Amino acid sequence: MKTIFERPKTLLEKPFTYCPGCHHGLANRLIAEVIDELGQADTTIGVGPVGCSVYIYEFIDIDFVMGPHGRAPAVATGIKRCLPDVLVFSYQGDGDIAAIGTAEIVHTAVRGECITAFFVNNAIFGMTGGQMAPTTLTGQQTTTTPAGRDPLRTGHPLRLGEMLGQLEGSSYLARVALTKPNLIKQAKEAVRRAFLTQQEKRGFSMVEFLSPCPTNWKMTPTDAVDWVDKEMKNVFPLGVIKDWKEGVHVH
Amino acid sequence: MKKILMKGNDAIAEAAVRAGCLFYFGYPITPQTEISEYLSWRLPEVGGVFLQAESEIAAVYMAYGASATGKRVMTSSSGPGMSLKQEGISYLACAELPCVIVNISRGGPGLGNIQPSQGDYFQAVKGGGHGDYRVIVLAPSSVQEMVDLNYLAFHLADLYRNPVLILSDGMLGQMMEPVVFWEYDFPELPPKDWAIQGKNGRERKIILPLNLDPREMEQVNLRLAKKYRRVEEYEIRFECFGQEEADLLLVGYGTSARVLKSVVRKGEKQGLRLRLLRPISLYPFPSRVIKEEAQRAGRVLVVEMNLGQMVEDVTLAVGDRVPIHFHGRSGGLIPTVDEILEKIRFVLKSEESS
Ligand code: SF4
Repeated sequence: MKTIFERPKTLLEKPFTYCPGCHHGLANRLIAEVIDELGQADTTIGVGPVGCSVYIYEFIDIDFVMGPHGRAPAVATGIKRCLPDVLVFSYQGDGDIAAIGTAEIVHTAVRGECITAFFVNNAIFGMTGGQMAPTTLTGQQTTTTPAGRDPLRTGHPLRLGEMLGQLEGSSYLARVALTKPNLIKQAKEAVRRAFLTQQEKRGFSMVEFLSPCPTNWKMTPTDAVDWVDKEMKNVFPLGVIKDWKEGVHVH
Repeated sequence: MKKILMKGNDAIAEAAVRAGCLFYFGYPITPQTEISEYLSWRLPEVGGVFLQAESEIAAVYMAYGASATGKRVMTSSSGPGMSLKQEGISYLACAELPCVIVNISRGGPGLGNIQPSQGDYFQAVKGGGHGDYRVIVLAPSSVQEMVDLNYLAFHLADLYRNPVLILSDGMLGQMMEPVVFWEYDFPELPPKDWAIQGKNGRERKIILPLNLDPREMEQVNLRLAKKYRRVEEYEIRFECFGQEEADLLLVGYGTSARVLKSVVRKGEKQGLRLRLLRPISLYPFPSRVIKEEAQRAGRVLVVEMNLGQMVEDVTLAVGDRVPIHFHGRSGGLIPTVDEILEKIRFVLKSEESS
């Protein structure tokens, strides 16, 4: 019998600690699959974040450094400057990368640092219990915008990918979702392209995953997936924002 | 060995290179910017990396990442910039990553000014960041010591897997003195088998400043505390100067101690019997010897370029049997020899009459 599907070698045999219906697990898995396929488990270093995904080091079997809130790109920069031939990635949520760590991600891209950022955008602070994030949609209810996000008081959703797309140092930027099999395939391709960008020393790369947070959105997992497809995608359109290879500039 | 005339900031930068530090991350702030400027050309010359970060915060975390790979790394700043680095220093301490951090301190609080001050003593020795941790703190008082103590700092950082802070000030950073770069020569260190470089066929490693289980976190703190006890046992450094049998013990560090040396010399000519104790390591603090010297002299005068910080540690060390006096100037002013001598006469007289 031919095996057509199995656990990636680099994904450790541990149950995920993410909530049911959360897509962090899928994102972790895709990263592990691509690391396997590139044969780079021995030569990749991950930098973990603060937030729900803080335990990523429990799931992917590579060397890890855990960083503090928002600073993973700076930590990754330090690692990469010492070990230029190792694949280095940060894994960050929206509170981490688009609020407290905005300066670090912007300037890592400005420098064209050869690292890859994986950005899991669920439009909310997950670990601290569902507060407004910079990526929270207009009108979206959170524990700190109980009447819904009002742009006049709290600003507008931040489109980080488009923002980084303006910078000459960024080389590959894509936004993906994991709500359907074909989208998961595209997401995996984006992860591969991001790592390839780094391998070829082309500068900064980032993949943004739109991801549901059923727990803090207070939805069933299926409703949460629908919400990503129906609401989030309108504000955060999927696609390749920038690709050095194709010369793509979508927005 | 050849003596060369050099600015303190340049000397400390050159010392880092000679100690084998090939990675520096920093952000410009007066009066320490020459360290960055010097390393911006010197490090590439020896195949190293100089990187000007977007902030003090990013700089300390770049150093954190670099240290995790096992390389020797330094960052530097001054006053307000040091405050921004404190979170990172706490992370370095928790993850047990070696790193040399230089504070060429200036007047504060707030933006303060750019004149030399010792107002960052509490922040340096009590741990300016969050949590239960300690940083080894060394206080040079000459340009030569900017070199000597920076060599030592790199050794101690690796030996104890701990951040080491050089607490200097704008006076020492900006002044020029002849220095000798002796050959960096310290006992060999154990291999950095904790460093991460990609698995390369071995078991993976994780650098972890985190433990969500309170029992395990306490174990981490206890392990760190054990290390700090070792540091306290082996790494106390100080210098004594002046008369063995004295009527007054002076205690000061860094730039204050330079002034106090002149005070001892001038005082001697005026018939005063003075002794100076200069802590070189501020953590670990030379408490025992200060206590002994204080008891011998019978009275103590602590001089600082702040309104009274180290004097608290001297008081803790000495207890209440020996009177402790304090003289401090702050805001970027340096106490003069004559004003200290005047204070000494006042102390001696007031105690005679009491
Ligand atoms: S709180 Fe939200 S983001 Fe965090 S694990 Fe649960 S579903 Fe995922």
